[in-house]
Amino acid sequence: MKLPARLLLALAAATAALTAQETIKIGEYASLTGKEASFGQQSHKGLTLAIEEINAAGGALGRKLELFTEDNQTKPGESATAAKKLISRNKVVALIGEVASGRSLEAAPIAQAAKIPMIAPAATNPKVTQTGNYIFRVCFIDPFQGTVMAKFAQNDLKAKRVAILSSVSNAYSVGLAKFFKETFVANGGLVVSEKNFSEGDKDFRAQLTAVKAANVDAIFVPSYYTEAALIARQARDLGLTVPLFGGDGWVADQLLEIGGDALNGCYYSTHFSPENQDPVVQAFVKKFKARWGANENPDAFAALGYDAAFVLVDAIKRAGTTEGPKLRDALAATKNFAGVTGVTNIDANRDASKPAAIIAIKGGKLEFLKTVAP
Amino acid sequence: MSEFLQQLLNGLSLGAIYALIALGYTMVYGVLRFINFAHSEVFMVGAFIGYYLGKLVPEGTLWGGLLVLAGAMIGCAILGILVERVVYRPLRGGPTINVLITAIGVSLLLQYTGQIVFGAAPRTFPPIFPSANFHLGTLTISSNQLFVIGVAVALMIGLQLIVFKTKIGTAMRAVSLNPKAAQLVGVNNNVVISFTFGLGSALAAAGGILYALNYPSIDPLMGVMPGLKAFVAAILGGIGNIPGAALGGLILGTVETFIGGSQFSTYKDAIAFAILIVILLCKPAGLLGKFTAEKV
Repeated sequence: MKLPARLLLALAAATAALTAQETIKIGEYASLTGKEASFGQQSHKGLTLAIEEINAAGGALGRKLELFTEDNQTKPGESATAAKKLISRNKVVALIGEVASGRSLEAAPIAQAAKIPMIAPAATNPKVTQTGNYIFRVCFIDPFQGTVMAKFAQNDLKAKRVAILSSVSNAYSVGLAKFFKETFVANGGLVVSEKNFSEGDKDFRAQLTAVKAANVDAIFVPSYYTEAALIARQARDLGLTVPLFGGDGWVADQLLEIGGDALNGCYYSTHFSPENQDPVVQAFVKKFKARWGANENPDAFAALGYDAAFVLVDAIKRAGTTEGPKLRDALAATKNFAGVTGVTNIDANRDASKPAAIIAIKGGKLEFLKTVAP
Repeated sequence: MSEFLQQLLNGLSLGAIYALIALGYTMVYGVLRFINFAHSEVFMVGAFIGYYLGKLVPEGTLWGGLLVLAGAMIGCAILGILVERVVYRPLRGGPTINVLITAIGVSLLLQYTGQIVFGAAPRTFPPIFPSANFHLGTLTISSNQLFVIGVAVALMIGLQLIVFKTKIGTAMRAVSLNPKAAQLVGVNNNVVISFTFGLGSALAAAGGILYALNYPSIDPLMGVMPGLKAFVAAILGGIGNIPGAALGGLILGTVETFIGGSQFSTYKDAIAFAILIVILLCKPAGLLGKFTAEKV
């Protein structure tokens, strides 16, 4: 009885190997677990949904797509290992990742050296695509985001004196703080207090007490959601009632879960809002809920993961091949690609210029405030 | 001036938590002469027990909060005793380095088991104790901060009483002084060591709950940084010395907070650890530690 079972298994393995050979292999590295798990979970769900849709529609070049996912556990150093493994062992033709700039910067040199195109769904730090000509992104960059928030602080919040609280060990945070300050100061604003913390810190009372003494109109917090939520709580505990505002690093359901009422009257900029009534956006929200459950709301990173997959497949179709150099050229030539996060045009720096949405937090809920065009 | 007082309060409440964790390190070292690196994970487990128990009691009540605190302390005491019985005891009598490496192994085991059991994403710790903010002039005092300091001081006084006024405390000191001699005069070393682990782990659990109350985002790796800081605090105060651990924790927390609030906030940890190096250069046994020559 044992022998036929074994034969069957071997047969199944052989067929699996055969079909695997025919697929187009795409690699994804994401923070599926760890401190910033929400980023990876969302982009992974968006990406998976896109790949399933593309496969249901027949795939690309007559072949199905196959997604290989590696979890970097939000840890520094893991993304490079994941990228190496995906490229050398899984033989992927392209890489998609990451949401965080710091981790994208780790994997980018490996993709560049192997001449495997990499698309970062949501890494906004300019340095990511400066790594080399094989690195792309489908989102706006921090000089734009910093400008948007600086103007928002000046025009909408009427802030003249602000404090900046940024994470010193996070490329995204350092970059966004710098670009914000440049525009804010150039337009006549004052940055009266700049305080830093490191990744994994949970106590911000020291910095916030100093910020409170500096008497500011608003506090810019270009960090990720875990820190932003705790900063908001501790600021309110210390009696700081001024608005806090940040960038797309705040995007996660956990922001409101951890921050609670402390976040009322705070603002952030992002790539996409599921509250946007655009039919394209609403159709995506519906598909996302149908695939992942009615309680699952796609955030900006799900939408960007979804768009990244379609931009890649569009390029594969135009290139007519999955060879690295030709695929790269096709990606670089992406023009007027309409996705759920708006129109993607890849520019000479391999960045996309896209509008930013500003979200207000009121009464424990997110409210879509406005869109700022580039 | 008010900023100074505010920072002092912030620093003391952070330092009180470091002190609670540091006590566990120092007690185990005092009795067994090895660093229990799994201690910071016991701290994490304490916070998670609190998270689950917190759902069973009404939020924001004093008795409910105390119940959760007691539950987490008992749970972690059992965990500590279990770890000692299963992992460390079979290695006793061998080289200390073996136990030390095993302790690192236990620490990693608990971290990654935690990621499987609790999930890796951060969770929100429920506000189990009633909380309010008081304003004293420009000074803002949160009841959680006062509570942390209060509980820490109460537990430390309790610990001093146990160690110096009870029979088991006397036995602990005897084992610490000379384990073989203690056995000769009828002390059951196994019971004393189990008790030490239980007591230290219970304090870590209390530290975990207090930490989670102040910084209500908990995850399976939350113990790593506070654990490291508390270890440093224990060394700073003189490892093996109970008041030293408390003093070390308070100093480290306060220094960190004052630097964090200054223009050197970028170098917060670097400066705090540089101070440690300077103190150890001047006083190699720590602030309150007595220097004893290692017997070769």
